[in-house]
Amino acid sequence: MVNLLYQKSITELHDLLVRREVSAVEITRSVLERVERVEGTVKAYVTVTAEQALATAEEVDAKLAAGGDMGPLTGIPMAFKDNMCTKGVRTTCSSRILENFVPPYDAAVVEKLAGAPMIGKTNLDEFAMGSSTENSAFFTTSNPWNPDLVPGGSSGGSAAAVASGEAVYALGSDTGGSIRQPASFCGVVGLKPTYGLVSRYGLVAFASSLDQIGPLTRTVTDCAMVLQAIAGPDERDSTCAPGPVPDFNAALTGEVRGLRIGVPREYLAQGVDPRVAGAVGAAIDLLAAMGAEVEETSLPHTSYALPVYYLIAPAEASSNLARYDGVRYGYRAARPEDVVDMFMQTRSEGFGAEVKRRIMLGTYALSAGYYDAYYLKALKVRTLIKRDFDRAFTRYDVLLTPTSPTLPFKKGEKTMDPVAMYLSDICTLAAPLAGIPALSLTCGFVDGLPVGLQLMGPPFGERTILRAAHAYEQKAGHWRRQAEGV
Amino acid sequence: MISEKDVDYVALLGRLKLTDEERKLYTGQLNNILEHFDRLKELDTAEVPPTAHVLPLKNVFRADRTGPDLAPEQVLAGAPDRDGRYFKVPRIV
Amino acid sequence: MNRRLATGAARRKGYRGMEYETVIGLEVHVELKTESKVFCHSTTGFGGDPNSHVCPVCLGLPGVLPVVNRQVVEWAILLGLAINCRIASFSKFDRKNYYYPDMPKNYQISQYDLPICLGGHLDIEADGVKKRIGITRLHMEEDTGKLVHQGTITTTPYSLVDYNRAGIPLLEIVSEPDMSSPLEARAYAEKLRQIIVYTGVSDGKMEEGSLRCDANVSVRPRGSTRLGTKAEIKNMNSFRALQRALTYEVERQIGVLEEGGRVVQETRTWDEGKGVTLSLRSKEQAHDYRYFPDPDLVPLVIDPAWVEEIRACLPELPEARSARYVEKLGLSAYDAGVLTAEKSLADYFEACLALYPEAKAVANWVMGDLARLLNAAGQSVDQGRVTPERLVGLLQLIDRGEISGKMAKDVLEAMFATGADAVRVVREKGLSQISDEGAILEVIRRVLTENANVVADFRAGKDRALGFLVGQVMKKTRGQANPDAVNRLLRETLQEQG
Repeated sequence: MVNLLYQKSITELHDLLVRREVSAVEITRSVLERVERVEGTVKAYVTVTAEQALATAEEVDAKLAAGGDMGPLTGIPMAFKDNMCTKGVRTTCSSRILENFVPPYDAAVVEKLAGAPMIGKTNLDEFAMGSSTENSAFFTTSNPWNPDLVPGGSSGGSAAAVASGEAVYALGSDTGGSIRQPASFCGVVGLKPTYGLVSRYGLVAFASSLDQIGPLTRTVTDCAMVLQAIAGPDERDSTCAPGPVPDFNAALTGEVRGLRIGVPREYLAQGVDPRVAGAVGAAIDLLAAMGAEVEETSLPHTSYALPVYYLIAPAEASSNLARYDGVRYGYRAARPEDVVDMFMQTRSEGFGAEVKRRIMLGTYALSAGYYDAYYLKALKVRTLIKRDFDRAFTRYDVLLTPTSPTLPFKKGEKTMDPVAMYLSDICTLAAPLAGIPALSLTCGFVDGLPVGLQLMGPPFGERTILRAAHAYEQKAGHWRRQAEGV
Repeated sequence: MISEKDVDYVALLGRLKLTDEERKLYTGQLNNILEHFDRLKELDTAEVPPTAHVLPLKNVFRADRTGPDLAPEQVLAGAPDRDGRYFKVPRIV
Repeated sequence: MNRRLATGAARRKGYRGMEYETVIGLEVHVELKTESKVFCHSTTGFGGDPNSHVCPVCLGLPGVLPVVNRQVVEWAILLGLAINCRIASFSKFDRKNYYYPDMPKNYQISQYDLPICLGGHLDIEADGVKKRIGITRLHMEEDTGKLVHQGTITTTPYSLVDYNRAGIPLLEIVSEPDMSSPLEARAYAEKLRQIIVYTGVSDGKMEEGSLRCDANVSVRPRGSTRLGTKAEIKNMNSFRALQRALTYEVERQIGVLEEGGRVVQETRTWDEGKGVTLSLRSKEQAHDYRYFPDPDLVPLVIDPAWVEEIRACLPELPEARSARYVEKLGLSAYDAGVLTAEKSLADYFEACLALYPEAKAVANWVMGDLARLLNAAGQSVDQGRVTPERLVGLLQLIDRGEISGKMAKDVLEAMFATGADAVRVVREKGLSQISDEGAILEVIRRVLTENANVVADFRAGKDRALGFLVGQVMKKTRGQANPDAVNRLLRETLQEQG
């Protein structure tokens, strides 16, 4: 079967552009036509910027015609999660409170991808708080494999756009699994880089000590290329690591012989759908057959990641989201009596239920009398979780787990039970707490739905997990399967 | 146990106005969530330092140099209410 | 100084015969005069249109991040050293969370449990008594924006917000509650300002808000070891206001206790016009700031070598400078104190001294006539038109005998008013002293001829007659003859004629 342009990977499209077989405008048109055809079902985008995308593509073509240089991502249409600031294009965080907010500046990653036609801004759970995009104030995105199911979240719009051909790649942000879990649900590759590898400048903060921007792509090679483009120091982000960026593409050797892979038993314990466990088990067997040394291991503090995460992230969020008060930008409630009334009404009308719940939880965890028992305690247990990983990475190059304990679930299934929703992140919460890189890729299908495999590496160990993922992907070949629900 | 009164206090700190329904809902849900979190008390962390940052970065500075300010119209473009070049808010007290 | 104000309430007796003592601690905020703000590159310039000195970072737009201005950290250490603090080897920034429309993020980046400087002190003198005031801590934080009200905060129908000041670096210096009178509090604040200006980290201008004092005040029966309930007093815009406000507040609290009432813990604002402190009531009385480490900023690790590098930049502080003036320049302790009170005055004095190494003479002119002119004009010495070079030029004219000391006072006045140098003033006013002996002799001969009877008196032994003759010569030369020369030549002529 001959792939249409919108179905191709970055590398394929780049080759076509270099050989002048297609133009950036043709590729962009192909993707925009796809958007027109399926967006009604998928609903991946909060804002589609068709004209801007075509204008960028035209500029790219003109530059190429003039013999200009071309980066590996130049002219490849993509999408940003709508929590990354784009100058002159509204950035909503899928929240009423920022519905009309138009940033006067570009996020660092937006600057870095200046030559890429931006198809639009993708839907998310409001302020990236959620696991299904059902917390978007505007609409729920559909899973391209089955529109009755959620795409995962919070970067559900980005994952669905890539899976459905509405973008060649997209950027997402991951705080507790917000890139990896939707990547798993939508059958694409998603990487949360090491904390500090990618600048957070211009990413609307949810939980600053956990947030990282990363790629959602159809292949591991594409993932490495996008990471290469967005990684690196930024003097505007104090928490961004200094030093040179390694060559990620060069790490993709197709080889896993001798690679030491640990499988922490806690991640395959109770609560994991046996069908998911089965697909992951098959992947383990394949990697072993390819020459990797696979061994069961233990991360004893795994079960504490959930409470630690749901104390630290809401605490930081309660402070980060304090600025939405109706004074400088965004929504303001009508006819407030005084300033305090304006703050309270604006925020109550502007934020959705989950955001309010987390502000309450985080405010409580930081408030006088509870700080030591909750917030400080959580920071200490975070140390224990990190030490688990430090110890494990003295013996293993990579840790392998499921990305999500379940298959994609139905819309509405978990919206009334916050704890059940929180549990869907159980496999992805620990990596951000430890600051380590983690990647999700498809390791099989159950009932026509993708199952995700998570590979975690030591800090700045992206090369190793990309190498393992790439070798596995080439052998298993799941990436070739296109989403069948649209 | 968090009482409805605690929830009201926390809502005031976080500047959220709760309806009676929301107050009841959040009181129940927060209690449910925090019950799960009580498991942390099992761990002895007396000797464990807190991790506020995962990267061992320190002393990240910028030089004392000025850069371009935003143009006035960009500053006020999103203002819900303004008066000339000022942001305008209802009375404070 | 009113004697009762000077002694404060420390010895004040209540109507029921109860003696009260006062406990005061000060929190001083200093705006640093960096080029750019503490966490972004926006300019710190005073003035400018509303909301013109802002960027996405200090406006708190979604997605922005702070990065610490290195100069702020170095100046915090510098001032910490100047007030005898210990510099922390590990320090961090925290978020102080509370809502107010002048705060772009609704949290203030500050320092909570690990401030950059700890445990210093200042020695003050109030009412002739020396005292050491402890300093608890010094920490860095960002300033807020400014609210503009129509009328007052309580009557205005709406308020306007200007964020130009938001993000300007502040140092907050918290004292121990060691001051026991409003006068001591004022002496401490003035001493602290003096040192701040000496270190050069701030203008220290209370009127422009670059130095702000808040006070915690309580009173208790003499001998009691328990602290009374304190009130926090804000909005005191001068040292005089500080002393007045505290004096009022102490009296108010004693009055409350005398009447059997209880002092309420609250924030009060000083109303300069009415001369009273007023309660600032707000909807939210609880101060639950929910401090936590700012995840956007990484810790400060300050090694001893860095501290020593900064210590080497510490300028000579007023106490050391004053001691040097006494020991090395032979000035009186009083003169040395006056000259070093303001750094600009001491700098001026030393600039003169570099050109004209007569300490006593320079000190007399600087503290005397020049200080009088500056005070009258309400100027500080670095604003005045009489530069060190010009003052020294004046002193050199006196030395060369071209003008008299008395004439020099008038010349200085003219220099101060016009900005001209001494030589020009003397020339333009025709004030130059006549030192040409031929010219003086001519006048002397005329005076002697016209006053033959006085000459006779002189010869008869009346010494006072000589004074009269000198006076006549000076009158005829309109005071421009060199008095020494007149005296000498007059005696010689009288002898010759005799």
